[in-house]
Amino acid sequence: MTESNTPAPESTPEQPASSPTADRGEDPRSGSAILRQIVGGDVVISILAIIIALVIGAVLIAFADEDVADSISYVFARPSDFLGSAWSAVSDAYIALFRGAIFDFQADTFNRAVRPITESMTFATPLILAGLGIAVGFRAGLFNIGAQGQIIVGAIVAAYLGFAFDLPPVLHVLLCVLGGALGGALWGFIPGILKARTGANEVIVTIMLNWIAVYLVAYVLTLGKFNASGTGLRSPQIGPNAGYPSLIPDFLVPGNTFRLHWGFVVAILATVFVWWLLERSTIGFEIRAAGANPHAARTAGMSVGRITVLTMVIAGTLAGLAATSQVLVDGGSLTAGVAATYGFDAITVALLGRSKPLGTFIAGLLFGAFQAGGTLMQSVTSTPIDIVFVVQSVIVLLIAAPPLVRAIFRLPDPDASPKKVRATTKEAAA
Amino acid sequence: MSTPVIPVTAGTPGDELPGAAVLGKISYRIPITYAVLALAALLGLVGTMIGREGVWSQETEFQSRYGDQWFTIPNFSVPSMLTVIVLTVVLIAAAVYGYLLTRDRRTAPLWLHIVVGLAFVLAFLTWAGAGKTSVIPVTSLLAGALALSVPLIFGAMSGVICERSGIINIAIEGQLLFGAFAAAVVASLLTAPYLGLIAAPIAGGLVGALLAWFAVSYQVNQIIIGVVLNTLVLGLTSFFFSTLLADNASTWNARQPLGVIEIPLLSQIPILGPVLFRQTILVYLMYVTVIVLQIMLFRSRWGLRTRAVGEHPKAADTVGIHVNKRRVWNTILGGAVAGLGGAFFTVGSGLAFGREMSAGNGFIALAAMILGKWNPTGALVAALLFGFSKNLGNVLGTIGSPMPSQLLAMLPYVITIFAVAGLVGRVRAPAAEGIPYTK
Repeated sequence: MTESNTPAPESTPEQPASSPTADRGEDPRSGSAILRQIVGGDVVISILAIIIALVIGAVLIAFADEDVADSISYVFARPSDFLGSAWSAVSDAYIALFRGAIFDFQADTFNRAVRPITESMTFATPLILAGLGIAVGFRAGLFNIGAQGQIIVGAIVAAYLGFAFDLPPVLHVLLCVLGGALGGALWGFIPGILKARTGANEVIVTIMLNWIAVYLVAYVLTLGKFNASGTGLRSPQIGPNAGYPSLIPDFLVPGNTFRLHWGFVVAILATVFVWWLLERSTIGFEIRAAGANPHAARTAGMSVGRITVLTMVIAGTLAGLAATSQVLVDGGSLTAGVAATYGFDAITVALLGRSKPLGTFIAGLLFGAFQAGGTLMQSVTSTPIDIVFVVQSVIVLLIAAPPLVRAIFRLPDPDASPKKVRATTKEAAA
Repeated sequence: MSTPVIPVTAGTPGDELPGAAVLGKISYRIPITYAVLALAALLGLVGTMIGREGVWSQETEFQSRYGDQWFTIPNFSVPSMLTVIVLTVVLIAAAVYGYLLTRDRRTAPLWLHIVVGLAFVLAFLTWAGAGKTSVIPVTSLLAGALALSVPLIFGAMSGVICERSGIINIAIEGQLLFGAFAAAVVASLLTAPYLGLIAAPIAGGLVGALLAWFAVSYQVNQIIIGVVLNTLVLGLTSFFFSTLLADNASTWNARQPLGVIEIPLLSQIPILGPVLFRQTILVYLMYVTVIVLQIMLFRSRWGLRTRAVGEHPKAADTVGIHVNKRRVWNTILGGAVAGLGGAFFTVGSGLAFGREMSAGNGFIALAAMILGKWNPTGALVAALLFGFSKNLGNVLGTIGSPMPSQLLAMLPYVITIFAVAGLVGRVRAPAAEGIPYTK
């Protein structure tokens, strides 16, 4: 705690915890810092942001509902009809969202009741992995939009190794995972080396490589071995030993229908690895140094070009691992839409997680839950899943702007110094 | 500063010692790029010579007629092999000339880039159309290229306006999409396509205003806001598309095409006339936007202040320019320009609104702006290059070419990577870009 940061005398012990140090990533002591991040003011802001986002979502759901539209024509004559239909539209949608994401209290068996949370984790797996890749890029000062393409290329390699070979258990899945990671790494290497050698802006190159990957997968699917069915839409299924084993073993649950697989463990391991890489390793130090000030890093004797290539390769590897969680499942195969929008959602995940491993992990879980819940909501109510994007983006916007949330709820600013207060009043006046 | 002996010379590159006669390493990027293109042409040529029967008698037919005109150039044919050989020789010569220029530390002139580009494209077209019964439709190739470029150009101009004043605008995609949505809905509800053109910039400006509000008032990382605004607009428009618009498409989302306005005389110029001057008002607005922006940015008080705010806000503030006010208004203006470009997807093309209609064009516009080095004309050229190569892929796909269509579709993206890595290289963004300004 620096001396310049003078907490107000009436502040509770928790309030200094949300000091700017947590934001800047100057992480002094890991455990306590994580704890502070969790119990600090950030959590309150995050919860309030989620509440506001859900309220905005509710307004939209009510606005688009047909019953509500019918009753609004006589809202002054019988307001109860309007309020009732709006309430039922919103509550139906949100109850379905909850049932799909966390716990299905209407299910008849215990397995079905807890299945939603495992679905959320399944959806979260590629988001976490690709999000980690983007987060590493951000820390090195690289804006890597290329996770989408890296996922696709990783998926091509993983799927090929999965269906073209027949290997014993464990070995096969390991080979496929490795191949997927390498495929992603290759697609990350290209923008890295181009940036290091020619100075080509990584934003442009990754955007272009995303599109090239989209057409590449469409082309690959028309080729001999990939196109066994002759439709050009779907590759053959991967071999029985190539998929990630189910995380919930069959002997524990009779009639196992859980989709959650060991890919989630890979995501956890990757989170730990990225934390170690960024916070404890020499490479991570160089990455952060290059991100904070490339000129200073160069002056200190680091090769910024090498760091750029390395960072993009690591980012691509993580995105390639995200691809394996999509392809290497029971009966998985390569399709043109294998990456869905995970590569782009991962950018939001990394931003919400403030480019930190744990933050990205939690953000990935949150987005996975929205994805799982939104899917059920779309199927049982008339509310399309697109509302989830709105809610997600409002959450990220608000969490990024704590002063706005505080202003909405008239909360005091925990670390407002007199200077800051002056600045905010000035802005308010302007 | 420390040694007064060293003369202060302007324009000394940063990594050289001041005053010392040390010359930087010569970068052979441009001749290498030329050489790669020449090599590709040569390989194609050799491959054709070996692979095909009777190649010497094959011809490629070009067509320049497009609609009715006072006079037209009749379709003309060229002997395929001979043309490709000549063009390949031109490419090789350009590569050698480029090498000589670079060796003597002179920069390759712009016309050389254009010659190389034209020669390569013509060689490719001649090769692809050799011995085919179908003709190469030159005019419709160019017209389609312009159509694909229009939203990109508007988006890139939006990026220039915002980023020159120091605000990173990743939200171009969202602004395009919201503009397309607003134009379609307003035009459909009021059955007036021109009112859609008024709604589109307002919608885009709204997204720009949100961006400016969060970036300036709350100093949130501008990349975060941009990415999130894209998701927000995507979510909102898709949500309304699958609820309101789908339930009642005839009132909410009916097609309202803008009429084509033909400029007399100018539209009669062979080949280019119908491409440039037989267009909707939106395309003419695009010409005006680019020209006005190019002049205003470098020749007006607004432009000087905008660039000052983007390069050195503190200095700008010292001389009395309101940094944040300028940034907010420029971001809103930029959003409005992108929103207007979004209208091209719906009323400009005579289509109804569709989910995720902007389809990544905003990001390509961003790339065009960076490729054009934050200059309106540079961004224009980059966007046109992209639109042209995209349409080239489309046209070749329809007339049938030796390459699979998926690989042809990669063309614009590969060319853009080529352009950014081979020709442009390191670009310098406005110095204060993305950094919030506080006194």
